[in-house]
Amino acid sequence: MTSPTVPLRLFVNGDRHEIQVEPRKTLADALREDCGLTGTHLGCEHGVCGACTILVDGKPARACLMFAVQCEGMSIRTVEGLAPDDETLHPLQQAFWDNHGLQCGFCTPGFLMLAAGVLEENPEPTEEELVEALSSNLCRCTGYQNILKATQCAAEAMRE
Amino acid sequence: MIGGSARRVEDPVLLRGRGRFAADSTVSGQLHLRVVRAGVAHGLLRGIDTTAALAVPGVAAVWTAVDVADLPPIDFRLTALDEQRPYRQPVLARTRVRYVGEPVAVVLASSEYVAEDAAELVEVDIDPLPAVLDGSGDVVPWLTAEEASWGAQREIAMGLGSESAEIRLEYGDVAAAFAAAHRVVEVDVTIGRHSGVPLECRGVSARVDPSTGVLVVDGAAKVPFWNRDAIARMIGWNPRDVHLREGHVGGGFGPRGELYPEDVLVPLAAVRLGRPVRWIADRQEDLVSTNHSRDQRHVLRAAVDETGVVTALDGQFWTDQGAYVRTHSATVSSLTASMLPGPYRVASYRVSGRIRMTNKTPAGTYRSPGRYEGTFARERLMDQIANELGLDRLEVRRRNFIPVEEMPYQRPIQAMGTELIYDSGDYALLMDKLEERFELARLRADVQRRRAAGECVGIGYGWFVEKSGLGPYEGAEVEVDTTGAVTVTTGTSSVGQGVDTVLTQVVADVLDVDLDRVRAVRGQTDRFGYGRGAFATRQSVMAGSAVLKAAEAVRVKALTVAAEHFEISPDDLEVVQGGIQVVGNADARISLGEVAALLEPQHANRLGLTPGLLAEEWFHCDHMTYPYGVHVSVVRIDRETGGPTVERYLVGYDVGKALNPTLVEGQITGGVAQGLGGALLEEFRYDEAGQPQASTFMDYLMPTMHEMPPVDVLVTEDAPSPLNPLGIKGAGEGGVTAAAACIASAIDDALQSPGFVTRTPVRPDLIRAHLATTGTHH
Repeated sequence: MTSPTVPLRLFVNGDRHEIQVEPRKTLADALREDCGLTGTHLGCEHGVCGACTILVDGKPARACLMFAVQCEGMSIRTVEGLAPDDETLHPLQQAFWDNHGLQCGFCTPGFLMLAAGVLEENPEPTEEELVEALSSNLCRCTGYQNILKATQCAAEAMRE
Repeated sequence: MIGGSARRVEDPVLLRGRGRFAADSTVSGQLHLRVVRAGVAHGLLRGIDTTAALAVPGVAAVWTAVDVADLPPIDFRLTALDEQRPYRQPVLARTRVRYVGEPVAVVLASSEYVAEDAAELVEVDIDPLPAVLDGSGDVVPWLTAEEASWGAQREIAMGLGSESAEIRLEYGDVAAAFAAAHRVVEVDVTIGRHSGVPLECRGVSARVDPSTGVLVVDGAAKVPFWNRDAIARMIGWNPRDVHLREGHVGGGFGPRGELYPEDVLVPLAAVRLGRPVRWIADRQEDLVSTNHSRDQRHVLRAAVDETGVVTALDGQFWTDQGAYVRTHSATVSSLTASMLPGPYRVASYRVSGRIRMTNKTPAGTYRSPGRYEGTFARERLMDQIANELGLDRLEVRRRNFIPVEEMPYQRPIQAMGTELIYDSGDYALLMDKLEERFELARLRADVQRRRAAGECVGIGYGWFVEKSGLGPYEGAEVEVDTTGAVTVTTGTSSVGQGVDTVLTQVVADVLDVDLDRVRAVRGQTDRFGYGRGAFATRQSVMAGSAVLKAAEAVRVKALTVAAEHFEISPDDLEVVQGGIQVVGNADARISLGEVAALLEPQHANRLGLTPGLLAEEWFHCDHMTYPYGVHVSVVRIDRETGGPTVERYLVGYDVGKALNPTLVEGQITGGVAQGLGGALLEEFRYDEAGQPQASTFMDYLMPTMHEMPPVDVLVTEDAPSPLNPLGIKGAGEGGVTAAAACIASAIDDALQSPGFVTRTPVRPDLIRAHLATTGTHH
């Protein structure tokens, strides 16, 4: 029943990954299993929770709703590529830490990537715009208040 | 450090996506387990044909009940009632399926994709039977004598009905109070079926380490020590040879971490097939297999005097348990019964709670178990009393509060096997402080003005008492190495709430070291002897106290060694910045690492001390602590759609002493979101055949940022607990407890229809229908 695999080239966080996947394999599974990037989490596998949100060619996307083979040659960014180095956090990561924007941390990579995509497109969103955009992901621990606050702080830091 | 709002030590790893959640580790040669689940709610299992599945390349095994016939049912962990034993769940259905989602077979294959393909080829032949779906209807036959005997693991001569237990509590003279009552006020209300639904689905991996013969189980959470013993017992191993490891856990809230069928099947398969095995639930199976919760109907009657004081409370409630009684046995219903009177004196009290079996996913605990339900019912009743007597809603509550002079207050009943003694509390003071801090008078006036102007808007209240810090014990070891790095090892668990941070803060405070010099180790059954687990808001109280004692013992030992070193009295030494120095002479200093080096075994022996700068201490407590609080909300209703919007949410909560105020507020705000979900959105509904109607996130609606109002929290420390050295009461559950009660109260107020809300979730269609009948929609 296993279907034949096809070769695939993914550019993730600037690294080239030459992998072999079944055409039915989701991008999320390919990132996690074939590229070893388990920071992209799966919370529902039908596009609702947003834990698997990544940036595909700069735009937020649900990695569970894409097949890996759809992303041949595209530029993908995951949470592992957000921080510039081991000593420094990305302003969003720093703001989530400073503002207690996470508890269990399972939804966090998805929120970070969603917020990164949103802020890169619109560096000065209104609170209403942010709430609208961030409402596409689910968090079960924080009640969202600190996620909003953290994203606003990060937006400010990123503008400076 | 203790009491400071330190940033969490857990966060950098999680923020970089470097956490190790259940699905994040794989090993080569691993088999993937897929569960075949019942597609009907009730039926007799005629046969299972596994031929086609076994023929799929990559499939290593397919098991049904006959393959695991030697396994006993999953046992109770808490509040075990003997009469409920017959109702326990087998790991795979034996002769009958009782809910959609019940495991009937498992497929083990080389990949998740292959396992799923093969699972679809397993043919399950079931003769459907009518489904029992009403948790408060008639008692019906439920178990045959054979089924009852198997579940109880002893001979039972007759079949048993669908009422698995009844909880009864009573004190005072209820009959006399009702006979003398000025008025009897009654409510009949239902709290819907919903649950914790952590964002990470359940998952477990197991392998036998060939070099040691130890069975290593990953994906543990909440209660790894109990689960280690239970798994070992069920599969016939020594606990010594079974090791449970907790990695990162994507939310707990009660359901996660209990022992489920998959938690036994995966280790068993690893042992029997001699290969690593893993199982990761998908969301659909998680929603039909992980414990549901709530789902209680309450019929409460209060005898009240002219002033609104409740002289007696007479309650009946029914808990819809679902198809089996799992690890919690009677915990939820028992807590409902004990905690129902809440912050009120209630001179006489009688309650009967019936735990009823239905053909739904089994139920267990969820954050504030029994109290979310009971608080909803009791606070509906208090609103009703206010309405019938023409009194202010808060005034009725104030008149019934247990006054501070009567603390500690013993209700002559039990809660979780302990005497129910409210250890401390000043309820009226918290209400006063909340009034002042959030200017409630102005808020009320504002709501009234808007309503007069035609808006459909209201304010609501919910008062409650929580419980926390269930004992009976927790231990901790604190060890300093020769570089001064500290390890604190406990039997606690983390389900994401930040326990590492608070335990680290306690150590850092006592030894005066930086947080990043302390590493917290927990959830590893080979690193510590005992641990009771992450439930009942107990870890800060119990483990926090044990860690405090252990850190203080290390400090004393370090001072002893340093005193020897400097040939000076310990009284002339102080602990400063990870070292010990002579008071008033910072140059005469020895670091904690150097002290640890002096405690190398040979040298320690010469000093007459045990080796190592380490100490293990235990904290024991036979009583729970009782934090308390109040929720206030403002709700606006759209007259066209019936849609409620929670505009503002206020919480006042007294936790005795906050170890980390930011984390306390985070717990409360997160709890409010879950409470709001249960009040307005979340529900596991079933159709008349027992098919679940909410098995995806398209149907099981959880609050997003859009539904969340701004939440303002007032944390007070006016009533420290006398039961532990730091005065702590747990903060984990108070954000959720009164949410349904408070939002219902606000909706009634907005509609100016006292008593309208009798069930949750309060869906827009229910409000719209009400608006239509009252003719108040435009």
